[in-house]
Amino acid sequence: MEDKRLYTVAVFTENRVGILNQISIIFTRRKLNIETLSVSPSSIEGVHKFTITAVSDLTTIDNLVKQIEKRIDVLRAFYYTDDEIVYQEIALFKVPTAKLLVEPNLEAIIRKYNARILEITPKYTVLEKSGHSEETQALFEELKRFDIRQFVRSGRVAVTKCDREYVTEFLEKRNQRKEELEEEWKHL
Amino acid sequence: MSNQITGAEALVRSLIAEGVDTIFGYPGGAIIPVYDVLYYHSKELRHILVRHEQGATHAAEGYSRVSGRPGVVLVTSGPAATNVITGLSDAQMDSTPMVVITGQVASASLGSDAFQETDVIGITQPLTKWSYQIRSAADIQWAVSRAFYIATTGRPGPVVLDFAKNAQLEMVEWTEYNKCKYIRSYIPYPEVQDEEIDEAAEMINKAQRPLILAGHGIEIAQAEPELLELAEKADIPVACTLLGKSTIPTSHPLNVGMLGMHGNVAANMATTRADVVIAIGMRFDDRVTGDTRAFVLQARVIHIDIDKAEFDKVIATNATIHGDAKMVLQKLLPKIVATKHPEWIQSFEADARLELEKVINKDLYPTSGPMNMGEVAHRVSKATGDKAVLVTDVGQNQMFSSRYFSFTMPRSIITSGGLGTMGFGLPAAIGAKFGAPHRTVCFFTGDGGLQMTVEELGVILEHQLDVKIILLNNNFLGMVRQWQELFQHSRYSQTPMTNPDFKLLARAYGIPAEDVETREQLDGAIERMVTHKGAYLLNVNIDPMCMVYPMVPAGAKVDNILLSRDEKYVGGVVMSV
Repeated sequence: MEDKRLYTVAVFTENRVGILNQISIIFTRRKLNIETLSVSPSSIEGVHKFTITAVSDLTTIDNLVKQIEKRIDVLRAFYYTDDEIVYQEIALFKVPTAKLLVEPNLEAIIRKYNARILEITPKYTVLEKSGHSEETQALFEELKRFDIRQFVRSGRVAVTKCDREYVTEFLEKRNQRKEELEEEWKHL
Repeated sequence: MSNQITGAEALVRSLIAEGVDTIFGYPGGAIIPVYDVLYYHSKELRHILVRHEQGATHAAEGYSRVSGRPGVVLVTSGPAATNVITGLSDAQMDSTPMVVITGQVASASLGSDAFQETDVIGITQPLTKWSYQIRSAADIQWAVSRAFYIATTGRPGPVVLDFAKNAQLEMVEWTEYNKCKYIRSYIPYPEVQDEEIDEAAEMINKAQRPLILAGHGIEIAQAEPELLELAEKADIPVACTLLGKSTIPTSHPLNVGMLGMHGNVAANMATTRADVVIAIGMRFDDRVTGDTRAFVLQARVIHIDIDKAEFDKVIATNATIHGDAKMVLQKLLPKIVATKHPEWIQSFEADARLELEKVINKDLYPTSGPMNMGEVAHRVSKATGDKAVLVTDVGQNQMFSSRYFSFTMPRSIITSGGLGTMGFGLPAAIGAKFGAPHRTVCFFTGDGGLQMTVEELGVILEHQLDVKIILLNNNFLGMVRQWQELFQHSRYSQTPMTNPDFKLLARAYGIPAEDVETREQLDGAIERMVTHKGAYLLNVNIDPMCMVYPMVPAGAKVDNILLSRDEKYVGGVVMSV
């Protein structure tokens, strides 16, 4: 058995209906659980980015990413280990204000975890913390005693540490190819 | 001038513009507007009415596999759409280009559990190359042109267009049809990389015991001449996959036979001895590899494929060439040094002789006892001058007929390889005859598989199609019976079949038929079948205990080969079972 670890899969796609389903069934078929998922427009207009984390061995994730890239509307797909990316998650905590007010060290907690307070009402307070999941989890543990009413953590978002921008290069090549083809068609 | 037409008309015009002249289909509520348009276009677009939608998909596959053109299917929504799933999955597994158009309820009703509504996109996404729902008539040209481009290029496959009824009825401006030639996110024919060619060429040139594994990708790329040139130039033996069997003539001295579970002994043993394996357009199916951990262990593996997701999926490679088989081989050939490997070639003789003695002669030239499937297939092949298209169903009939048919022309074997779909054969044979009307189509089937899609005999009747049907009838689900005998201590759970009188059944459809009870009747019956102009059915009485040998048991190493009930060949040594 190969060692399993957490991989971050980045998928760049056209902006079309039904792509999430096409990607997720590739995970399902291999019985890989999606740990986190985040979808948003990328920095390139018209290109969507899926960031997915899953625990897998190298062979499985390598095969899976190739199957994802094979889908027609997928531009490129990659997988990374944590050391190859800069990544972040965001967490929101909703806590009863009354419980917070009796805490003498609230300032220390906020400072220690570098958290922010987004809203305070007489009934509840919303705190925000971004970081790796261990960091948001640590704050969660800390706030437990204040009776957390709601907690939510986003999927991971990530950018690569490498110098090359593969998707940009891919799109440039494809556009060049399109221009060549258009030139060929003119002469037909 | 305004040129407004309905969406249904736009679909039909788009199909004609794509060069489609044959559609396999079945009408129904949600596709009636398209059928109404077809009524006026019957001269340009021939519609073959099947008897069940699954039959339409397999007919389209047969049509495509024999002709290289995409098969086109037209059906309604709901149950029709679910009935095409088996064919879609089959086409996906065997890389067969197919465009399936399903009717769909009007867009406004989507998601409301309307009558005959089903989530076609949702259920077809996992087993198609692409699927798209047309909800507006303005989408039709775009979607149809994309569908044909995707289905037919790169690694071909099935595509679904789910055509909402409102889009069929909507008016749309008809403009000049432009075929799709470019999709930004899809590169059907990757540029072959020189470094990959050089690396592979060096490995091939240094090889002492090279072996080519020839697959269906060669047929798809029409690379049969290049395959032959490579094999002959560097004196490399060729082992074929089931779907690759007609990529090289059966009688070619470098053809060492078929790989896999019921493949030839020499071909399987060669994989254990080769030092360089050149896999072309094949995907190391488990029926080919047996135990993957032990497969081609001694060899460095060069994998040539158009689908890079196949690289290292099953077998670890040492070199890969990503590209279309023909383009790759054309680039590779000039770098290959002409050479001879006399000792290596010689080394296959012993295994080939062993199989001839222990298996083939017994199958082909039995002197007594009930008939077996092998002798029937062999004699039909000879009676057609080895030029027929072989269409098979799935099971023992498939293995025997593909083993003992001889191929002299490309695109001569049509069989369900990846999915192993019983019931594939009859509609596929019908499609093959429509796709290659001038070729003899011989369809081998069993009593089980024939009955799965037997309703398609109606198409043969309606079109007076000349399909030769050889029913290898052992009144058993023979392949499962074989496994039960070998691995379940002969507990024949649900494999004996109580069968109808197939001769009468054929005659009900106007098809001349005869029962072939004994070996003495066989040659005469085959002769009558082959010379008859039109469909013909031979109901051949086969030994119920008939077994396909050689056999590599599922999951075993490929040099662990059962030769008969009494003997096996393990690691190159014959021993008793």
